[in-house]
Amino acid sequence: MTLAQEAHGFLSPTGVEIAFLLVGLLTFGAAIVTVTTKQLVHAALWLVVALGGLAVEYLLLTAEFIAWVQVLIYVGSVVVLLLFGLMLTRAPIGRSPDADSGNRWAALVVALAAAAALVWVVVDAFRTTWVDLDGPAAGSTEATGASLFQNWVLPFEALSVLLLAALVGAIVLSRKAKAESSSPPVNSRAVTGGSPSVPDSRNHPIGRKGAVSGTGSARETEAASGTAATGGTAATTGTESAKGIGSAQRAEAATETESAKEIQTPKETDSAEQEGAR
Amino acid sequence: MTTTTLALLVPLLPFLGAAAGLLLGRTAPGFVRPLAVLPPLAALALAAVVAVRQGGEQTLNAATELTPTGSVPIELALHIDGFAALVAVLVAFVATCVQIYSTGYLRDDPRYPSYAALVSLFTSAMLLVVYSGDLIVLLVGWEIMGICSYFLVGHYWETPEARAASLKAFLVTKLGDVPFLIGLFALATDAGSFQITKVLDAVAHGGLDHPTLIALLLLAGVAGKSAQFPLHTWLPDAMAGPTPVSALIHAATMVAAGVYFIARLLPVFEASQAAMVVLAVMAAVTMLGSGLAALAQDDIKRVLAYSTIGQLGYMTGALAVGDRGAAVFHLLSHGAFKALLFLAAGVIIHAAGTNSLAAMSRMKDLRARVPDAFWTMTVALLALAAIPPFSGFFSKESVLGAAEHVATGHTEHAPGAAGWITLVAGLLTALLTAAYATRLWLLAFQGRGAEAPDHGRQPLTMNVVLWVLAAPSLALGAFAYRVLPDWFDGRDLTPTLATSVAGTGVALIGGIVTYAAWRHTSAVSARVPLGAVAAHPEGDAGLVEAEAIATHEPAYGDVAYTPDPADPGRLLLGPLHRHAAVGFHLDALYSALFVRPVQAGATLVRFLDREVVETYVRGAAALPRWLGSAVRRAQTGNLQTYVSALLAGTVVLAVAVVLVATGA
Amino acid sequence: MHLAYPAVLSALLFCTGLYGVLARRNAILVLMSVELMLNAVNLNLVAFDVWLSRTAEETLHSGQALTLFTIAIAAAEIGIGLAIVLAVHRNRGTADIDKLRDTAEGHGPDDRDDSDSEAPPAEQAARSGRTGKAEATA
Repeated sequence: MTLAQEAHGFLSPTGVEIAFLLVGLLTFGAAIVTVTTKQLVHAALWLVVALGGLAVEYLLLTAEFIAWVQVLIYVGSVVVLLLFGLMLTRAPIGRSPDADSGNRWAALVVALAAAAALVWVVVDAFRTTWVDLDGPAAGSTEATGASLFQNWVLPFEALSVLLLAALVGAIVLSRKAKAESSSPPVNSRAVTGGSPSVPDSRNHPIGRKGAVSGTGSARETEAASGTAATGGTAATTGTESAKGIGSAQRAEAATETESAKEIQTPKETDSAEQEGAR
Repeated sequence: MTTTTLALLVPLLPFLGAAAGLLLGRTAPGFVRPLAVLPPLAALALAAVVAVRQGGEQTLNAATELTPTGSVPIELALHIDGFAALVAVLVAFVATCVQIYSTGYLRDDPRYPSYAALVSLFTSAMLLVVYSGDLIVLLVGWEIMGICSYFLVGHYWETPEARAASLKAFLVTKLGDVPFLIGLFALATDAGSFQITKVLDAVAHGGLDHPTLIALLLLAGVAGKSAQFPLHTWLPDAMAGPTPVSALIHAATMVAAGVYFIARLLPVFEASQAAMVVLAVMAAVTMLGSGLAALAQDDIKRVLAYSTIGQLGYMTGALAVGDRGAAVFHLLSHGAFKALLFLAAGVIIHAAGTNSLAAMSRMKDLRARVPDAFWTMTVALLALAAIPPFSGFFSKESVLGAAEHVATGHTEHAPGAAGWITLVAGLLTALLTAAYATRLWLLAFQGRGAEAPDHGRQPLTMNVVLWVLAAPSLALGAFAYRVLPDWFDGRDLTPTLATSVAGTGVALIGGIVTYAAWRHTSAVSARVPLGAVAAHPEGDAGLVEAEAIATHEPAYGDVAYTPDPADPGRLLLGPLHRHAAVGFHLDALYSALFVRPVQAGATLVRFLDREVVETYVRGAAALPRWLGSAVRRAQTGNLQTYVSALLAGTVVLAVAVVLVATGA
Repeated sequence: MHLAYPAVLSALLFCTGLYGVLARRNAILVLMSVELMLNAVNLNLVAFDVWLSRTAEETLHSGQALTLFTIAIAAAEIGIGLAIVLAVHRNRGTADIDKLRDTAEGHGPDDRDDSDSEAPPAEQAARSGRTGKAEATA
C-alpha cells in the first residue's frame, strides 16, 4: 500500500483514471438532471445517459460482461418500461411545475448529509488503495460465466424462480378486475374529502338521500321564517313597508341559491356510494 | 307426621305461597287470592296442631347441621317451647286475618299480587324467627322482615311520604341491626354456639364473659325492631303504608320480634343487672313519651302507632322485671286487639274519606255508616284502655303485678329499681292510654257536622275479619290467665287486687277527664270548619287511604299535626301539645345529629372527588395528551417524510458508529 | 486506478438516487431514482470485485455474480413496481406519492365525524350572516 501511495499519487493520474473521471462526471451530471428535471420524459432520457455512462465505467473497470448486460437490460428494457409507465399514467409532456414534492428541502439535507458521510468514510478508508487493471480482464465473459456456472449455479437457478414469480405478480397486479371495469377511474376520495356528507353516506348509503332532501326542505322553511321575521320587523318599525318586501325578495333569492347547492349534494352522495360499495 | 315436620311446614308454607304468588302473579291472576289466603290459613292450622301437641310440656328441640361453617357451627335448629308455640299461633292468626282483609281492602290495586306475596313472605320470616333454635337462622328471618317492611310500607310509592317512610323504616331498623349482629357474634363466641339451648346452658353455668356488653348490643337491635326509645321514630312514619300492613307489623310481626327475642334469651339479659335497668328505663321513657305523643296526633293511624309503641313499652317493662310470661301474655292479647284496631281504622278511613281525626270530628253519623267497625273498635279500645273484663286488662295487670312483685323485693333475678320504674311508668301510662283511647273514640264516632261521604257498604271480608278478631279481644284475657302459666314458666298471671284497683282507677280517671275536656271543646268544633275529604265511591279502600295520606300535609300543614282548637288533647296537654305532636322533636334532633352531618360529609366527599381527585386525574392526563397530539402531528401519511426521517436517523447512527469505531 | 474514484462516484450516485426517492412526487420518477441507487451499488460491487480478483489468488468473482443478480432483481422490481403504480393510478387517478395519505392522522373515520359535526354550525353562521345582511339592507 505504501508502495502504491508512493507510486501513484492523485496529482498524476493515469489515462484510465482521466477517462473514468470524465465519464464519471458525465454520469453524475446526468443523474443529477434525472432527479431534478421538471420534464418527466426528459428524466427518463437522462436516466439512459446515466446508465450508459455506468456501462462505460464497467468497461473501464474491465468488467465487460456486466457492461453489456447493463446496456441490454437497463438501457434496453428498464428505461423502455419506465417510459411506458409514464405514458400509461398520463404523465404530462413538457414542464410540470409540481414534479417535486414539498419534502424537497428535507430530502436535500438528508441526501447531502448521507453523501458527506459516505464520501468521508470511503475516502478515508480507500484513499491509498490501488487497483491494478493490467493483465487479463477480471470480468470477461469467460471468467464470469465460469464462476457463475461453477460456484453460483444454485443462486442462479433460484433467481430464475424469482423472475418467474415477479412475472406472474406483475400480470396479476396489472390485470383489471371485472367489477371495476364499468366504473370510471374517479378520484372520489379527493372530491368528497371535504364534503361533510361522506361519513353518513358510508354507513347508510340509501337513507342518506332522504336525509339530504329533508334538510333541504327544512332549510327552506327556515329561510321562509327568516323572511317573515324580517318582514315583521319592518312592519313594526313602520317606516317603509316597501323596503320590507324588498328584503323578503332578497331572502328568497338566498333560499334559491341554497336549494341549488342542495341539488349538487346527491351527486356527491352517488360517488360516495360507489366508494362504499368498493 | 311428627311434630318436628309440622313445625317445619309452618314457616315453609307461607314462603312457598309467597314464591308462587310472585311467579304467578302476572300470568295467572286467578290464583293470586287463593295463594295469598290459603298458605297462612294452613300455617295457622299447623301451628295450632303443633301448639296442642307441644302442650306446654317438654321443649321440642331439633337441629341438623347442613354444612360445617367454621369454628362456631350454624345449624338449622328448631326450639319450640310454650312461648314459641303460642306466638306462632298468634302470628299465623293475624296474618290470615290480614290476608283475608286485604282481598277486600286492596280489591282493585294493580300491585295486589306482589303485595300479597310480600305479606306472606313477611309472615314466613316471622314464623322462622319464632320457631328457630339457631341465632343465625333467627337473624335471617329478622332481616327478611326488615326488607319486607321496606317494600310494604312503601306500597304507595307514588306518594313522597311512603317513599320517605319506607326508607326511614329500613335505615332506622338497620341502625339497630348492626350492634345486634355484633352482639350475636359476641354471644356466640362467649357461649361457643349459635344454638339457643346451648347459649342458655352456658348462661346458666355462668359462662358469659361480657354479659352487660352483649345485652346492651342486643338491646340496640331490639329497640330498632320493636320501636323502643330512641329508635322508635320509624314506626309512626310507617303509617304511610296500607292499613293491613300496619296491622301486620304492629300486631304480630316485626315489632313483636324484638320483645319475643328478649323473652327467648331473657337469662342472657338477666345476667346483667345494668342491662335490666337500662331496659326498664327504656321501657318507661317509651311508654310515657308515646302516651303523650298519641294524645296529640291527628292521624288516626298515628295515634294507634304511638299506642303500639306504648304497649311494647309494657312488654319490655315486664321483661325488665324478669317476667317473660307476663310479657308474652301482653304480646298475645295486644296482638289481637291491636290488629283489630288497625283493621277497624282502615274501615273508618275508607268510610270517612280521611285519616284526620279533626275532620272526622266534624262528620255526622259516622258510626251509623260503619256499625261493625264501631262496635268492634269500641271493644278493642276498651281492651287497649285495660278496662275489665277485656283481654287488655288481664295482660296489663299481669305486667303491673310482676313489676309490683319485683318492686316490693320478692325476687332476686331482677333489680328492685327496675320494678319501681316499670310500676310507676306503667300506672302513668295506663292513665294516658285511657285518655287517648277515649279521645280517639269520641273524635271518631261522636262527631257532629256534615254528612260523611258515601263509599257504599264495606266489603264482607273486611267486616267478618273485624268480628273474628273481636272475640279474642273480648274474652282471651279472662280465659287465658288461668291456662297460660302451664305453657309459660309456671308463674302466676292472676291479677292482684292492689294493681288492679290502681290500674283500673287511673284508666277511669283518664277516660273521664278526657270526656270532660271533650265536652268543653266540642262546642268549638262547630265554629271552626276544618278538614279535607277524599271521595271515591267506586274506588277500593286502599285508593282512598293513599289519597288521604297524600293530602294530609297539603291540607293541614303537617303529617301529624292539625291546628284544631276543638281537640281535647290540646286542652289536656296544654303547652306540651305542640311538642308531643311532632314526637318531642326527636326527628329534628336526629336530622341535626345524624342526617345532616352525613349529608354534609357526602357533599364534602363529592366535592373532593369531583374537584380534587378529578383535577389530579385530568392533570395526569394532560401531559400524555399534549405528547400524543405532538406525535399525531408527525403522522402526515406522506411516505417520503417517513423515509426521510428514517434515513436521517440512519445517517446519524452511521456517523456515530464510525466515530466510535475510529476512536474519535 | 485508485479505488477511491469508483467508490466516491458510487457514493455520489447513491445519494443522488436517495434525493430523488425522497423529493420526487411522481411514483415513476421515484422508481427511476431507485434504479440509480441500485446502479450505484452495482458499481461498488464491480469495483471491489476487480480489486479483490487482482490481490487475492483464488476468487469466486462474487462481486460480479452479485451484480448480475442485482440487475436481474432490479428488472423484476421495476416490473412489479410499475404494475403497482399502474394499479394505484387506476384506482386513485393519481400516481403522486404525497397524495396517497390514507395512513395519515386526521384521515380516519373519527376525525371525519369531528369535521362533520363542525360543519353545520359553520353553515349556520354563514346563513345567519346572510340574513343579517338582508336585515341590514332592510
